[in-house]
Amino acid sequence: MSGGLSLSVANTLAGLMVLASFLMIYQDRLSALINVLAAHAFVLALAVAWQAHVQDAPELYVTAAITLGFKAMALPMALRRIIVRLGLHREIEAVTGVGLTVLAGIGLVALSLDVMLPVTAHADPLTREDVTLALSVVLLGLLMMVTRRNAVSQVAAFLSLENGIDLAAAAAQGMPMVVEISVAFSLLVAFLVIGIFLFRIRERFDSVDVRALDAFRGERR
Amino acid sequence: MSLLLLVILLLLAGVPAGAARAHAPDGRPLVYGLSAGACAIGGLAALAAIGAPPATLSLPLGLPWIGAHLRLDPLAAFFLVVVNLGGAGASLYALGHARHETMPQRVLPFHPLFLAALNLVVIADDAFTFLFAWELMSLASWALVVAHHREQENLRAGYVYLLMASLSGMVLLLAFGLLAGPAGSYAFAAMRAAPPAAGVAGTVLVLALIGAGSKAGLVPLHAWLPLAHPAAPSHVSALMSGVMTKVAVYAFLRISLDLLGTPSWWSAVLVLALGGATAVLGVLYALMQHDLKRLLAYHTVENIGIIFIGIGLAMAFRADGFAAAAALALTAALFHVFNHSVFKALLFFGAGAVLTATGTRDMERLGGLIHGMPRTGFTFLIACAAISALPPLNGFVSEWLTFQAILLRPDLPQWGLKVMIPTDGALLALAAALAAACFVKAFGISFLGRPRSEAAGAAAETDRFSRAAMSGFAALCLLAGVLPGALVDVLAPAVQSLLGARMPAQLGLPWLSLVPVAAARSSYNGLLIFLFLAAATSLSILAIHRFASRAVRRAPAWDCGFPDARPATQYTADSFAQPIRRVFGALIFNAHETLSLPPPGDTAPARLTKHLADPIWDALYAPVQTVVAWAAETLNVLQFLTIRRYLAAVFIALVALLLALALWQ
Repeated sequence: MSGGLSLSVANTLAGLMVLASFLMIYQDRLSALINVLAAHAFVLALAVAWQAHVQDAPELYVTAAITLGFKAMALPMALRRIIVRLGLHREIEAVTGVGLTVLAGIGLVALSLDVMLPVTAHADPLTREDVTLALSVVLLGLLMMVTRRNAVSQVAAFLSLENGIDLAAAAAQGMPMVVEISVAFSLLVAFLVIGIFLFRIRERFDSVDVRALDAFRGERR
Repeated sequence: MSLLLLVILLLLAGVPAGAARAHAPDGRPLVYGLSAGACAIGGLAALAAIGAPPATLSLPLGLPWIGAHLRLDPLAAFFLVVVNLGGAGASLYALGHARHETMPQRVLPFHPLFLAALNLVVIADDAFTFLFAWELMSLASWALVVAHHREQENLRAGYVYLLMASLSGMVLLLAFGLLAGPAGSYAFAAMRAAPPAAGVAGTVLVLALIGAGSKAGLVPLHAWLPLAHPAAPSHVSALMSGVMTKVAVYAFLRISLDLLGTPSWWSAVLVLALGGATAVLGVLYALMQHDLKRLLAYHTVENIGIIFIGIGLAMAFRADGFAAAAALALTAALFHVFNHSVFKALLFFGAGAVLTATGTRDMERLGGLIHGMPRTGFTFLIACAAISALPPLNGFVSEWLTFQAILLRPDLPQWGLKVMIPTDGALLALAAALAAACFVKAFGISFLGRPRSEAAGAAAETDRFSRAAMSGFAALCLLAGVLPGALVDVLAPAVQSLLGARMPAQLGLPWLSLVPVAAARSSYNGLLIFLFLAAATSLSILAIHRFASRAVRRAPAWDCGFPDARPATQYTADSFAQPIRRVFGALIFNAHETLSLPPPGDTAPARLTKHLADPIWDALYAPVQTVVAWAAETLNVLQFLTIRRYLAAVFIALVALLLALALWQ
């Protein structure tokens, strides 16, 4: 069942994820950033559910449910609580060179299209385009991790990157349940560790700007 | 085949036994006895298998989808004979010698492991098994080199050895990777069936030359050898020098003549050039030494050069389609492999006996040992004569065969070979002459003359196990020299399996002569020379005893040119080598002497100081060391980047790789 409709819907959902990634790059308010992250995960849940429907793979519905409950609701709520407790919810991060970053992001999307489309020439078109856009999402997440200085936005970038990996896995004709659960679990652990570290960093330096960490190590920036 | 597996298992069983019983009184006889027995069985089984058709075996070990392939063909069988003969001899020797071992727990477990690895390398029939056994061999021997780890010198030797061993393993890995091709077929059978294209074959050959050559001790990759061989306990030195370098020769033969198919003529020029340089430089280095075991280690370098000259000749003749000449050259090389494994092991046994008896390896502190250790001295003398290529011993036969191959030189079309082969002939002749000078020095300074130290004067004969091993090997030297035809015939199937041709059968010839090509051209009869020498010597002795006067004569004692009769006035190792050092050393080692005379009125002694530089170390190793140190210093910054920079580095690397992929398509 890879007719025109299912392909367009899958493409639209994946494209929406890329769009959400661009929104995250652009967004300089932390609370708004977390909202976009929740939307990112929500679109991912929809995309996975659509894949489950198209591929007739019921276990992907479970994946979609986990994504919806965990990534689109629980994690954003937890992040929001963190920034409220850290007193960052009104903070505006000075994101420098947004225009240039967005331009670089466009370049990355073009690059992933250029790389993936020839490689997957013989794959099912449904898989092919999803995987291509998933690579874009991963690259955009990495780009954001590199350009942001605030630890919370780096965490958000990391989570969006993980969403991209999930999208690719769901598109690749089903992922074993064990893998999905273990990925979700490792994400949980990573989130806990990062959360604890954020509080510790805050305690020490009165800021979650990673520049404070660099200065503490006595390094040049 | 199954017998050989049993041998390997027996040897491996010696590892836990050695570890558990290292300090028990029965540990030493148990482990070395087991090793000697296993090697004896393995040697006999291999000897029986030389003439047999190849046997293969696949074991479900190693990587899951590859398994372990083993193959026993005539070439492997011949090298197994060499390995197990050396192993049995060294184990027998160690039964007695190792009772002086101060740290048995650091030697006993690794000795059988080393032997098992040596056996496994030779019968491996796929790249994974081969490299596994190769690395096991390197690691086990490294453990033995640093057995006496409290001496700083040994630690340095172990470090250099480990570096060179990892280089050799890595380069061989690359060579096998190229041989396996894009299909990734790591079994030797598949590589043999599909030899690579000319360009790839050339690269593989150069890699094999580096990988196997660095293990064998080819100049300029020999640097670890004179450090590591003296550092190990003596029976291990004998194994490393006599056997492990031969296994490296086996690896080169297996890759260059078996897996690669017909070699190209320029690779033969390369091998010939390296072989000639190795032979001459090895012996020149040896002449400059006064550490007995280091001198022997440098001589291993020389002999590896001679073997590689033989292999190079075989490759050259084969490239041009002269099968019979190639068979002659390869027979000479394999004959020398056998010979060197025998007399070099014997020499190291002797050096070990001297080391235990006197506590020193420095020849300037030896002398007159023949009085205290007559049997060791006699067997050492036989080995010296054999390695100096004196008839009727075995060293002469293989070098003579190599010369026959050089002189035979059919009309080769390539100018490179036309120039290179006579050059190698000249280099080989020079190396042989210098080797004789070197062993006159080694034997004369250590065993003759008068003791240069108290320890040398008090030296006593070594134990009976050591003597048995030495006598056995000395007998082998004589036997292989007197009956070379039998050994050539034993070698024939191995040569046949590699080249498709063999030397004519020798055993049926009258008087047990050795006739490489045709009787009209050249022939050698070790038996006749031996009988003649024996008869002439007995007759002279008889004549002297019969006709010499028994009357007592009184005359001033001839002082042999030593009016001052202190031992220090004798020739020393350094002064003996001085003429050669002046002729060759000034050019190659930048050797010079400075004389410092004290000013008038000062009672300090005048001093003559000798300076030697190692050109290869200075030109090759020192720059590499400098570059590595510089790179480490420069890249050190990378250890202290900020997290964002690390992330950025990962990100940029990823994007660059994706870009490369996009552009490459």
